[in-house]
Amino acid sequence: MPELLASGAARAARSAAPQALAAPAHMSYREAAREGLRAALQADARVFLMGEDVGRYGGCYAVTKGLLQEFGPERIRDTPLSESAFVGAGIGAAVAGLRPIVEIMTVNFSLLALDQILNNAATLCHMSGGQVNVPVVIRMATGAGRQLAAQHSHSLEGWYAHIPGLRVVTPATIDDARFMLAAALACPDPVLLFEHIFLYNMEGELSPSLAAVDIDHAAVRRSGRDLVLITYGGSLHKCLAAAEQLAAQGIEAEVLDLRTLRPLDDAAIMAAVRRTHRAVIVDEGWRSGSIAAEVSTRIMEQAFYDLDAPVARVCTVEVPVPYPKHLEDAALPSPERIVQAAQQLMSSGGPP
Amino acid sequence: MSAGVQQAAVTRERGLRLLREMLRIRCFEDACVRLYGELKIRGFLHLCNGEEAVAVGTMQALEPTDAVVSTYREHGHALARGLSMNALMAEMFGRESGSSHGRGGSMHIFDAGKLFYGGNAIVGGGLPLSLGVALAQKLQGRKSVTACLFGDGAVAEGEFHESLNLAALWRLPVLFLCENNLYAMGTAIERAESQLDLPAKVRPYGVEAQAVDGMDVFAVEDASRAAVARMRGGAGPALLELRTYRFRGHSMFDAQLYRDKAEVEAWQKKGPLITLTARLKAEGLLSEDDFQRLEREARNEVAAAVEFAEQAPWEPVGQLERFVYAERPHA
Repeated sequence: MPELLASGAARAARSAAPQALAAPAHMSYREAAREGLRAALQADARVFLMGEDVGRYGGCYAVTKGLLQEFGPERIRDTPLSESAFVGAGIGAAVAGLRPIVEIMTVNFSLLALDQILNNAATLCHMSGGQVNVPVVIRMATGAGRQLAAQHSHSLEGWYAHIPGLRVVTPATIDDARFMLAAALACPDPVLLFEHIFLYNMEGELSPSLAAVDIDHAAVRRSGRDLVLITYGGSLHKCLAAAEQLAAQGIEAEVLDLRTLRPLDDAAIMAAVRRTHRAVIVDEGWRSGSIAAEVSTRIMEQAFYDLDAPVARVCTVEVPVPYPKHLEDAALPSPERIVQAAQQLMSSGGPP
Repeated sequence: MSAGVQQAAVTRERGLRLLREMLRIRCFEDACVRLYGELKIRGFLHLCNGEEAVAVGTMQALEPTDAVVSTYREHGHALARGLSMNALMAEMFGRESGSSHGRGGSMHIFDAGKLFYGGNAIVGGGLPLSLGVALAQKLQGRKSVTACLFGDGAVAEGEFHESLNLAALWRLPVLFLCENNLYAMGTAIERAESQLDLPAKVRPYGVEAQAVDGMDVFAVEDASRAAVARMRGGAGPALLELRTYRFRGHSMFDAQLYRDKAEVEAWQKKGPLITLTARLKAEGLLSEDDFQRLEREARNEVAAAVEFAEQAPWEPVGQLERFVYAERPHA
């Protein structure tokens, strides 16, 4: 399924196009995200970036390296370690007519700004009867896998997707890392943009002639007739690796990248279920109350009779993420666990 | 307490204008009490009786291009800012003609056209918001300021300290207005704050701060105007501690076990309306007839607003899921 151009994104695409053509075709996810930021800052004088260590340090994950030198301290603003104050300031600046990009170093620290995200960003539109819009983009790194232990390994994007008023996007490819930001900025609502820490070093080709993406549709990243692996973010690449292993065993897995966790693309999910009749949902969040639980429920509600087997889930085991490598690996979704879940699914149920 | 502030002359015109605004607020709040008893208004209702001089005095200092971020005890701020009383009362009733389409109620009064950004009901939560509004004003090269109102309870919140620091660090034009009514709901300030001298508490952040008699509308207006003038001249943020008192309970569910009746009565004798009326009469600027007329006008305006709210439509349930995401085209 090609990524569709939304009307809002199309406008952003026109201004972003020159940078897209100038960018090298081969780049890392980190570079793609940086190009997305540069393009946004060049395209619209109302756009500015603020957060911890985004300026002189160049970003905790080096995404914003060089932007301070290029755009100056008015537009690339280092903040104190005051998540609530600078996230709230981003919300207020959006209300007052600017287009702020707020970087929270990681999702773990976003909890210190949760009051602002939930009680202000997500609710001002409603509490004001539609008078106030909050076109802020809040970027943050998410995910586990680097032995950072229990306080630095959260995957709370599904948790944020619980909240009406927010949009939650999870770029997992070079193209999305490059272009989702523009679509998020073109959106009049608050958008939370999650970048998995394992993706920053990933390298790949930027699709030639692509100038914009939408933030409304899921995308099929691999075709397959036997089952669908439904996932997003850092888990996408585990699913693609698992699909390779499954193919070697004669099991053809489709891989659906949700891309946006709120609002979910129900149509794409159900279409995939109707094509394959078996679904495994792969989500780095904890299993209980996860986005995987939500997707599973929607499949049950909307495509129950298309299923040949119960929906399966591969999520993070319900334990705070432990420090030792072997325990962390065991806690997180892995290609092996995904393959195992797919094999079990193929051996159960199905037409007689 | 307001040393160093230029005192503007107290004229009949000024005195009557301020008194009229304060009477409108008092009559509005008193009507809300009655309507709450009649079950017309529901939910949390926080009234500002006793704090009218803060609302009126501070709002006098602002231009229409300045912004306001307020709290859940904001009826007075909204009226003094010039929001429609009809729309306010309809909001209390939860009607579609309310200032927030009925979706917010008493605690969430908004008027984007008047740059009145709530109606914020998480204590301290409005302060970070005000930083952003002021940052936008500054980055857009305007001379505007953002007035941020909050109570003494907010001073104990982390968001207060984060916001004071960042506002001073970035020299944002935020006028922090601490409405100190001595109680954070039922917790007396001396049971919550290690330092009761609020200006002394915030000066180390680099924020110019001053305590003002919040019962004296002239003092509040003079101090607010002086602070706003300094900020328009490029000075950084300022804080005014407006010392006032809440005559009624925290909300309609408050048995007021935490304070003596004698204390309330003593403050009522120092109330902003009583003292203003007495002063204007003593200086020969106000007659009893004037007062009666102003009070009658305020009551009539409130009665008309109640009538408006009674007649205002309910939003159809079919529209329940509106106002979650933007409906207007994006600029």
